Amino acid sequence: MKVVHSAPRFASNEGVINAISESIGVWLIEAEESHGEVIFRVQRDAVAKVLRILRDDHQYQQMMEIAGADYPARPERFEVVYMLLSLTKNHRVMVKCSTDENTPVPTITTLWPNAGWLEREVFDMYGVTFAGNPDLRRILTDYGFEGHPFRKDFPMTGYTELRYSEEEKRVVYEPVELAQEMRTFDFLSPWEGADYVLPGDEKADEKAKEEGGQ
Amino acid sequence: MSFQLEESPTTEGEVITNYTINFGPQHPAAHGVLRMIMELDGEVIERIDPHVGLLHRGTEKLIEHKTYLQALPYFDRLDYCSPLCMEHSYVLAIEKLLNLEVPLRAQYLRVLFAELTRICNHMLNIGAHVMDVGAMTPNLWVFELREDCMNFFERASGARMHSAWFRPGGVHQDVPEKLLVDIGDWLDNRFFQLFEDAMSLVIDNRIFKQRNVDIAIVSREDAIAWGFSGPMIRAAGIPWDLRKSQPYDVYDRMEFDIPVGTNSDCYDRFMVRVKEVYESAKIIKQCLRDMPQGPVASTDGKVSPPKRGEMKQSMESLIHHFKLYTEGFHVPAGEVYVATESPKGEFGVYLVSDGTNKPYRCKIRPTAFSHLQAMDMMSRGHMLPDATAILGAIDVVFGECDR
Repeated sequence: MKVVHSAPRFASNEGVINAISESIGVWLIEAEESHGEVIFRVQRDAVAKVLRILRDDHQYQQMMEIAGADYPARPERFEVVYMLLSLTKNHRVMVKCSTDENTPVPTITTLWPNAGWLEREVFDMYGVTFAGNPDLRRILTDYGFEGHPFRKDFPMTGYTELRYSEEEKRVVYEPVELAQEMRTFDFLSPWEGADYVLPGDEKADEKAKEEGGQ
Repeated sequence: MSFQLEESPTTEGEVITNYTINFGPQHPAAHGVLRMIMELDGEVIERIDPHVGLLHRGTEKLIEHKTYLQALPYFDRLDYCSPLCMEHSYVLAIEKLLNLEVPLRAQYLRVLFAELTRICNHMLNIGAHVMDVGAMTPNLWVFELREDCMNFFERASGARMHSAWFRPGGVHQDVPEKLLVDIGDWLDNRFFQLFEDAMSLVIDNRIFKQRNVDIAIVSREDAIAWGFSGPMIRAAGIPWDLRKSQPYDVYDRMEFDIPVGTNSDCYDRFMVRVKEVYESAKIIKQCLRDMPQGPVASTDGKVSPPKRGEMKQSMESLIHHFKLYTEGFHVPAGEVYVATESPKGEFGVYLVSDGTNKPYRCKIRPTAFSHLQAMDMMSRGHMLPDATAILGAIDVVFGECDR
């Protein structure tokens, strides 16, 4: 596909997958290039080793970001994505691994000191733990917060709200009370992609079945 | 918290204790809502534990519940000192997934306004940094310039700060010709004089230098390892600028230099920003000179809305308009990480699309996260008042840091 967009243009991806796949071969699950991004899916336990090889042998000096993502349908629902940047080769790659609520991911604070907060954030938002991170506290949420808000099953409104109570002269936490019901508009076109039953259409399928059976 | 007791030769047998103080979260030098737990030995900083997240609004979660276009204004509210540069990463990420061509005039307009935003942002940071270390006047002067920038944004988009003017496929509206002329005039006749006046009070000022030179020196290796970007990495002597190395929009047609520091201290970080302002002005002038006429939004009717006039005449345009503002456009499944050079450093958006009209996941890489994390490393062994200088030189804005 011809590239016509004007997003940042870094060095060519040509040969990158082959070169890196060769050196991390045993731990590699899948390597793909799509939308101009090179993504390596690797085994969870080998993440630190793979990133060390990328840093030391392939000149990816900077680790810019760790992103968590939640895919509840998968057996290992969480994905941890590492974005690496090479200053000398002017190239970016992503490395990702998957995990679930209970299995820790090896920390990479031993490789990059700035991984500390980034791992804390993934832990705070998704509840993914990192084995070996010396300071795995919550970072963005409130002191004493419970739950992991970016999980797909965490409601957008949260569970508690807080206000200043004039009687108690302090801030109090209360269960969320919505003055108006939460409205989630779904504008997906019924002709393309929406896989739910439209209101009033609930019996359409049963009817069709019955008629088909007769 | 560990308290150490030690004998000191100067206190004649009195025992000195390390103590812990709380800096912020409501403190003008904290640049927002930063809380830092500082462990001090006398006036020397032993350890800093920054607590962030007091401005956490769950932007990324909110974005997952909005269509691509509805999510755009959230980006203005991240780094509210450089709103258009925040939008830039996001629209480029969408365009990368869509592989959407942006008309040349729109690319020029984006670059022009991104650079104007950079000037606007640096005016705030330079002023605030100077004020943090004790000077009042320059801040008032550069805020005049900031106000001018805001007026330009208002004339382009209708809003001073939260413009929501960059759109997937281009920009929302074309600008009046008079605005471009006025920006050129402003640069020639007002900007440089006022800025140079203000800087002449600071750059060689003895007190300013005493407060900044040799404060928080970070080696090249540390700057790379800690994930520094933007003026912070350039002050360490590494000529790394995404506008140059990974050009987006029409940055590859622009001629500009990358100022770098030599000493990697707070003074260098400050001076890199001062020099960057001149480079931005250079880019703006080139944009004004070379900008072609033409459409300012993609001609793909499935992504950018039709013109008002067309909508009144053509049924197809009306349908497109309706669909775009209810359902929104669909973005092909996939994931991209797009990072641009925001005034503060690398601002990235990791966008995961599942093929529907809403982002599945939108992770925002704030610049301040890496820099603030190094606060402990940078300020160890320095005096308490240096902490404000270090913080000022980081250029941290909490809307972006906490998201």
